[in-house]
Amino acid sequence: MDVLITGIYILITGSLLGATYSLIAMGLALQYGVARIMNLANGEMFIAGALVAFWVVTSHQLSPYVSLVFVVPGAFGINWLIYRYLLRPLVRRAKHRGQLEVDSILATFGMGFILVGVLREVFGGELFSYSYLLEPIKILNNNFALNRVIGCLVSALVCGLLYLGFYKTRAGMAMRAVAVDPAAAGLVAIDVPKISALSFALGGAVTAAGGVVISTFLTDMDPSGGVVFTLKALIVVIMGGVGDVRGAIVASFILGLTETLVATLVDPGFILAAAYFLFVLVLLFRPQGLFGRRRA
Amino acid sequence: MTRNEGIGWMLAVAGFGAMAFLPLLEDADYLMGLALNITMFTVLATSWALFSGPTHYISLATAAFYGVGATVVAMGFEVLPFPVLLGLAGLAGGVLAALVGLATLRLSGVYFVIFTLGLAELIRQLVSWVQSNIVEVGSIQVFTDNSDNWIYWELLALAALVFLVGWLIERSRLGFAMRIIGNDEVVASHSGIHSAGSKVILFVISGFFAAAVGAVMVTKIINFDPDTFYLPIISFQVVIMALLGGVHRLWGPLLGVIPFTLLWEVIENRFQQPMEMFGVEIVSAGSLKVILLGVCFMLIVYYIPRGVVGRVETLARRLAPGGGASHG
Amino acid sequence: MAENALLEVQGVSKHFGGLVAVDQISFTLRHNEVLGLIGPNGSGKTTMINLISGALRPTMGDIFMGDRLISERPARFIARLGIARTFQLVRLLPSLSVLENVMAGAVFGHKRLWGREARKYAARLLERVGMGHAIGMPLLALTYIDQKRVELARALAADPDILLLDEWLAGLNATELKLGIDLVQTLRQEGRAIIVVEHVMDAIRSLCDRCIVMNSGAMIAEGSPGQVLADPAVIHAYLGDSHA
Repeated sequence: MDVLITGIYILITGSLLGATYSLIAMGLALQYGVARIMNLANGEMFIAGALVAFWVVTSHQLSPYVSLVFVVPGAFGINWLIYRYLLRPLVRRAKHRGQLEVDSILATFGMGFILVGVLREVFGGELFSYSYLLEPIKILNNNFALNRVIGCLVSALVCGLLYLGFYKTRAGMAMRAVAVDPAAAGLVAIDVPKISALSFALGGAVTAAGGVVISTFLTDMDPSGGVVFTLKALIVVIMGGVGDVRGAIVASFILGLTETLVATLVDPGFILAAAYFLFVLVLLFRPQGLFGRRRA
Repeated sequence: MTRNEGIGWMLAVAGFGAMAFLPLLEDADYLMGLALNITMFTVLATSWALFSGPTHYISLATAAFYGVGATVVAMGFEVLPFPVLLGLAGLAGGVLAALVGLATLRLSGVYFVIFTLGLAELIRQLVSWVQSNIVEVGSIQVFTDNSDNWIYWELLALAALVFLVGWLIERSRLGFAMRIIGNDEVVASHSGIHSAGSKVILFVISGFFAAAVGAVMVTKIINFDPDTFYLPIISFQVVIMALLGGVHRLWGPLLGVIPFTLLWEVIENRFQQPMEMFGVEIVSAGSLKVILLGVCFMLIVYYIPRGVVGRVETLARRLAPGGGASHG
Repeated sequence: MAENALLEVQGVSKHFGGLVAVDQISFTLRHNEVLGLIGPNGSGKTTMINLISGALRPTMGDIFMGDRLISERPARFIARLGIARTFQLVRLLPSLSVLENVMAGAVFGHKRLWGREARKYAARLLERVGMGHAIGMPLLALTYIDQKRVELARALAADPDILLLDEWLAGLNATELKLGIDLVQTLRQEGRAIIVVEHVMDAIRSLCDRCIVMNSGAMIAEGSPGQVLADPAVIHAYLGDSHA
């Protein structure tokens, strides 16, 4: 029965991780899929969220989830300003999509580095971790840390809200329209710059919230570690299909499960290799994403 | 050969000649260190621009190639002579570039950037894993009879080679194909150009040079540790230097390498200790360097998208007789 | 295969998601023939050209050049076999000179010249299309018609056996049109086969040996220009019910 127990363990741990990844992926999906900005400072925004949670726990002895109250609006505001004053000019001057891609990659790298520098100045360059709800909870004969289970529930709640917002509200519909074709969306009286700014800001807020969630169970994070999360988010978004929210969620679970599988059965040292392996498979066989149609 | 080309050749020969005599100066250790850095980054940034200039693909794979080159030498220095290893290192970099290129270069630029973004970290983890689990060694001490002067000359030779290769490419079918691809990929393919293939060839060339630099540098640093060779920041430095200088001219990256290396050096020396700046205590050179990288990226995007070379060319056009009035 | 056919299109369809842009089209192009591909806007003519040139792959069906199946092959391969094209919206290479734009067609494709030979060859082709004076001019200074000529020169630089002209005569004034038609005539006399996508009826009547009429992706008529233009189905497709 060992095989079965290990199997269940991998399935559940992987899903818990996948649920958290889906937050980062949703953030990037909003920013890249709708606002057309390939935001490579995504991981840094994520780390910033985690650091604020860390600060709330260590210096105020509060639950890390309390930090969501100011992380979410704070990240929303900052990302809105970034879009409005730094990225919008790039969108305007870009003659074609390729140019916007290069410009936004370079600009967001710049922002990411500046953010890392500032975070290092504020929090120091060391690894940081805190413990939160480490007691075990038993699911199907396996022990799981309560913090992971709660993290998964919070992620699922946020994703659910976003999903509803995306498919049931006017703003959500406008975002989907812009995701499909900004030019055509403009023709049906959608305020494309406004919707793009909103999506970018919302994406940043979701990403930072993801950082808060992951900080409750992931140890040894540091201010310059954002790049790995950027990478994972990007892999998930591409695997899911650019602008496809459902695909991004499924891809997050695939990544979470694969990583857990490899870490449990092979060696934790191969987690990144596993992510790359998935990435290569996607690039070779489904560059248009899991559910995407092959473009002509 | 046109007149401009003649002048360019003379300048290049004079420049390399002068640089080659540097080690013969007495008490020039500091200068040598600086020259070594500048030469190393000149090779890296120029070979980066050979590929990224015409294709507009942003490669962050430099650190991976550099690391692979160092790894080849670290694994083989006890068995094979250094020149052979140098060739093998370059080859390994080329093969890695070909694999990455074949997987990503037929797709849009975003996939490529993302793939190269984590490549150095991926290979670092694999090399570390092999080191600790299979060969069970910690760090390797790479002792060769490569003296400091020779290391410098080797890098200088690589720099000369990179310029020569770049000059030859510009005049070749491949260079012409790249200019067409950079303008319009649809027209390129309808003219019979294999655009993914052309990009892969250029990427392989740039991978070759970066790996060769890594191979030389490991004999200088001696202590081979994956953490110090697969260092992602090297990739970012190279991108910034090349773009800062300008990638549409062969000698453009050089104009980014020199100021950036000097600035980096100043930060390294001046901010050893925490110090106050604008009323804020700056904790470390580390943070300041990271912020400098960030600021340079922003500067490139918002103010000098065509690099120093672009600025110089615009200025020259304005100063040229009759060029002042027209803004075309 | 059909007697004397240079290009053979067999039951080719192209779907974009649910949209059927080209619907089971079959036709042949013979040596030394000018074939008109006509039909209302959106009928799938340009898609058909894209399928032949390799810009798109057919969803179903085969395209042969001689006995070689080309419809699975990339555009660069098809270009090297000797099919060259112009684009509906002119596509020139803005950072290259006029001469280099033409050279682009002669260096990598069906013809593989390089260096001085390629330059001289491109210059002669520019002369041929009446653009000899523009060799030293910046590309952006050219008028639309001159840009079209440069693009044609680029296509000719490959010395193609089959030339695909996608609305190359559109937007010309009466004098230019006459020159354009004469130019296409001489190309045919050199032994090239040409497919023209056209709306200009004068050009169709004076140039085409045969015409294929497309509507909503499907072929609705085939024959001499006189025949198809008198065909009630064609008139219906162009002008709608009231004229049928």
